[in-house]
Amino acid sequence: MSTRLATGGRLLSKNRAIEFTFDGKRFKGFQGDTLASALLANDQMLVGRSFKYHRPRGIVASGPEEPNALVNMGEGADFEPNQRATTTELFDGLKARSQNHWPSLDFDVGAINAKLARFLPAGFYYKMFIHPRPLWKHVYEPFIRQSAGLGQAPKDRDQDTYEHLYAFYDVVIVGGGVAGLQAAQAAAKSGARVLVMEQSDHWGGRAPVDGGIVNGAPVDKLVDDLVDSLTNLNNVTLRLRMMGAGVYDHGYLLGYERLRDHDPQIGGPRHRLWRIRASQIITATGAIERPLSFAGNDIPGVMLASAVRDFIANWSVSVGDRVVVVTNNDDAYLTALWLHEQGLYVPVVLDARKAGGGVLADRARAAGIRVENGRAISKVKGGKRVTGVAICSQAGEGAVLEEIECDAVAMSGGWSPVVHLWSHCGGKLIWDDENTFFRPDVDKSPTGADGTSFVACAGTANGVMALGDVLADAEAAGRSAAEAAGFKPKRAGTFKADVPDYAPIVPVWVMPQGASHPLRSKAWLDFQNDVKVTDVQLAAREGFESVEHTKRYTTLGMATDQGKLSNINGLAILSDALNRPIPQTGTTTFRPPYTPISMGAIAGEARGDIFQPLRRTPLHDWHDENGVKWEPVGAWRRPYCYRKTPGEAVEDAVALEINQTRKALGLLDASTLGKLIVKGPDAGKFLDMLYTNMMSTLKPGRCRYGLMCSENGFLMDDGVVARLDEDTFLCHTTSGGADHIHAHMEDWLQCEWWDWKVYVANVTEQYGQIAVVGPKARETLKKLTKDDVSADALPFMGWKDLTLAGIPVRAYRISFSGELSYEIAVPAGLARALWDALLEAGEEFGVMPYGTEALHVMRAEKGFIMIGDETDGTVIPQDLGLHWAISKKKDDFLGKRAQERAYMKDPNRWQLVGLETTHGEVLPDGAYATADGHNENGQRNVQGRVTSSYHSPTLGRGIAMGLVLNGPDRMGELIDFPKLDGTVSKAKIVSPIFYDPDGEKQNV
Amino acid sequence: MSSAVSALSGAAYAGYVQVVEAGLNGMITLRGDLSDAAFTKAFKAAIGLDVPDTRGISFKGKKGVAWMSPDELMVFVAYEDATKTVAALSEALGEQHHLVVDVSDARAMFTLSGSSVREVVAKLCPVDMDPEQFGPGKIRRTRMAQIPAAIWMPKEGEINVICFRSVAQYAFDLLKDAATPGSEVGLFS
Repeated sequence: MSTRLATGGRLLSKNRAIEFTFDGKRFKGFQGDTLASALLANDQMLVGRSFKYHRPRGIVASGPEEPNALVNMGEGADFEPNQRATTTELFDGLKARSQNHWPSLDFDVGAINAKLARFLPAGFYYKMFIHPRPLWKHVYEPFIRQSAGLGQAPKDRDQDTYEHLYAFYDVVIVGGGVAGLQAAQAAAKSGARVLVMEQSDHWGGRAPVDGGIVNGAPVDKLVDDLVDSLTNLNNVTLRLRMMGAGVYDHGYLLGYERLRDHDPQIGGPRHRLWRIRASQIITATGAIERPLSFAGNDIPGVMLASAVRDFIANWSVSVGDRVVVVTNNDDAYLTALWLHEQGLYVPVVLDARKAGGGVLADRARAAGIRVENGRAISKVKGGKRVTGVAICSQAGEGAVLEEIECDAVAMSGGWSPVVHLWSHCGGKLIWDDENTFFRPDVDKSPTGADGTSFVACAGTANGVMALGDVLADAEAAGRSAAEAAGFKPKRAGTFKADVPDYAPIVPVWVMPQGASHPLRSKAWLDFQNDVKVTDVQLAAREGFESVEHTKRYTTLGMATDQGKLSNINGLAILSDALNRPIPQTGTTTFRPPYTPISMGAIAGEARGDIFQPLRRTPLHDWHDENGVKWEPVGAWRRPYCYRKTPGEAVEDAVALEINQTRKALGLLDASTLGKLIVKGPDAGKFLDMLYTNMMSTLKPGRCRYGLMCSENGFLMDDGVVARLDEDTFLCHTTSGGADHIHAHMEDWLQCEWWDWKVYVANVTEQYGQIAVVGPKARETLKKLTKDDVSADALPFMGWKDLTLAGIPVRAYRISFSGELSYEIAVPAGLARALWDALLEAGEEFGVMPYGTEALHVMRAEKGFIMIGDETDGTVIPQDLGLHWAISKKKDDFLGKRAQERAYMKDPNRWQLVGLETTHGEVLPDGAYATADGHNENGQRNVQGRVTSSYHSPTLGRGIAMGLVLNGPDRMGELIDFPKLDGTVSKAKIVSPIFYDPDGEKQNV
Repeated sequence: MSSAVSALSGAAYAGYVQVVEAGLNGMITLRGDLSDAAFTKAFKAAIGLDVPDTRGISFKGKKGVAWMSPDELMVFVAYEDATKTVAALSEALGEQHHLVVDVSDARAMFTLSGSSVREVVAKLCPVDMDPEQFGPGKIRRTRMAQIPAAIWMPKEGEINVICFRSVAQYAFDLLKDAATPGSEVGLFS
């Protein structure tokens, strides 16, 4: 059984006890524990059930490579699934629950899958669920969704806050082990700005556990000295609990800083995502030990040898009183010696190598530990925990020579450099036969825009294994990164390390090498995704030769794990099955993030009120206080209508607003309208090119409605242009068009007509714009100004500067409603004052503010088109009967040539008409008019569609506009509009102008 | 006559830096050929300041000028002086091809003050806020979370932010969020 030892634990504060619960049971740990070490200290070997077969699983590793110990953390608003116990720092009151079982961890019904294992091979889902097709949606998919996934999805809103931070450094070092710290020291000496991030809460990485003497002192001393020295440099930023999550193009790097996961009592954001631009990146990410593939290697109690000594050295936890060590390299002897020094019993070290180990093996023997060369584990015995091992010859097929009782197995299959970050942005790998791992290929590093390298690896991550070599490699990496970043490097240190001679590693991909099928089918490669040796071999037999295909077929190395433990072992099995060397088999792609990062960190500050910017007009607060029903218009909020009494029906409110405007006086907040100043000697020429009609002939003081088309001839925007003086025009755009029409103008001026003398400025937000609309509009203005606003002084389609209520304004006499109408542009800071003055002055006329729906209905009654309703990017002005607004005199304008194409001139293009239903009902917006027959897809043929449809309170009936085949030539004809409820509306084709066709009302 | 109001009427927040909406400020967009000696001469005559270098900004009292693009400047004056300054610039530039327009009401301005202003801005804008890279005398047009913004430092420990008026509330809320006590990063100090 696993337990807490009496002494040791360099990361623990044993005077600070902590209480936590796991699956509702109360446990005790210490400050400095991880959840994993605390669970082991309490003999909680079983921590979860596996993904597919629901096998009992325990802790395998001691760091971010842990595949099994994923737990549900917290509850309610701080609930989060799939948290790694090995990287979760213990805090008082921590609540964790195990995952993927029902009804309980100890007794799990899903474990039946393990009995059915031979019916659930690799690719099972693909084979099983493909036929019959209809079953997928209704049977298979719901079933798979129910059983898929390890953790539960959170149900409550996350209560925590998150933030981003943009940071810029010359050299960023990922990993705060000895290599990272030494590289930082070397880079910092040059004066470069250096950031070092370490994912755990302590510096030094593995070195303090694995030990070593550098320049005559223990390596711990070197770590302390480096941290002290770096802390004192003001060009260096050191961050703990910050993981390098991903490396991207152009030196972009994400750092994931966990600020209070270790202590939720601290205030402030939970996570901070550092969005870093680095000139150079050094990954000093160390290496991860590989498991060995023997039967039962997933039984709780089988752990990586390095993890076993980490738990002893860092957290004073013994994983068992009797620990069998199995290895193919010398490193695991360190674990045997650690165990022995703690007074724990190592029944045997099984060294799969015939020739055995080097100096460390000798030390083990000298300590009285039994060492057996050429021996292997045939199978591990036990269910929910290890009870013993059956020993065999590595060379054989697994015949049992001896059985030994034990509580745990420490395994080592060699080490794999952590090359994830190196590979994220295209760094290539080479196979190192001597060390049996992939290492970064320094000649094929990730390169920036100029073709030079921007990522380097240092130390163990670079495939350098011995301590002295690690430090020298890191020193060199730090110096050359500084130099590449434009600094003059200086030497930071020289190293002489005392390292024992290691005997060479011998690759062991299956244990024993001739393991029978039953043994191989219990030998796990990927614990997290439940992939066994036999699954990969089956994939190879079924023709999956590409490693990428095999990965997807078997799920090896997918998802959050990213193959940290499984990648190399899986590849080796595949290459063996394909009878092809490992380098030729290749590797799968490592993808960011290195380990999962929180969704909150990705969102950053963008949540709640600041999820998205909301654009407010200067009159926003008034609307808000006066019963507004908001309508989102892009990022703007505009009043859809105002409820005069709470609970007033929207249709009633809209009808009232229209009636009152047509009868007397309405006010509209039109501030969102785009306003672009176009000025220069060539401004007229420029606008003639942009608009389909002639703008250069417009007289100062006058306004003209214009259409703007894209190069392809399609209508993109419309609005009223006012000529302010000889050189200056003000172009109104649609609310949504302000920014993109501004960009469109700049595009043409900067890229095509760069020699034309025209400047453009976007003054949309400089002005509030208030439309004063209705028969009483002029009388209202008269009350507020001494200026002459008579029809002669300010005629229809004219503009004039006025002083209204003491405020300097510009009044445009333009109408989108068909009524007498003035659009008043007022400096935004005075818009509210003018609005209030207009409300007061209009009170005697029954003034009524109206919203966008009333605006829409009134413009539809007049047959005015709306960009986005009558247009959809495929409509040209000619479709809308706007020939009058297309100049015949101009040589050219944007869209002219396109409109000459045969398709654009096709008489069968649908044309704009009005539609009147026979019973006065409102046609559904977007409804299609059917024609005889069916098309090749068996759908009804169509001959038109509704583009705008409203109830007109003015006419007391439904009105609509639509595009109809040969519409203008078919006046009076009835066409059918089938509706979703199965009934059909009949509508008569009429003129689109339903109200005041001669325009008498707006021109008074 | 009524008095103009700024977007948030001087809203303020005391976080680990101070955030204050800086009320009404005169701002004028001026476009012209910045490399033309006639332009720079006329500009100096009208405003009394030199045309700044790329990403430069300079002030003399309330009056200031910022580089916005190779053919655009922003002129800062007291809010009530904007109209007459537009006229003065127009007059000075005469027949030269230019565009001058009052945009005072189109913008909102915020002043951040405190020893940690740099890192608060670094949470929202992709700008290198290291004192060696950015400081008084420079202006950056940038992105603040999801909106366009420009920043400059009148002096160390103070940053001015301008954005469009319609998003003033969003900008203020962003700055408040970034300046919330407990979220200190500890950079640039």
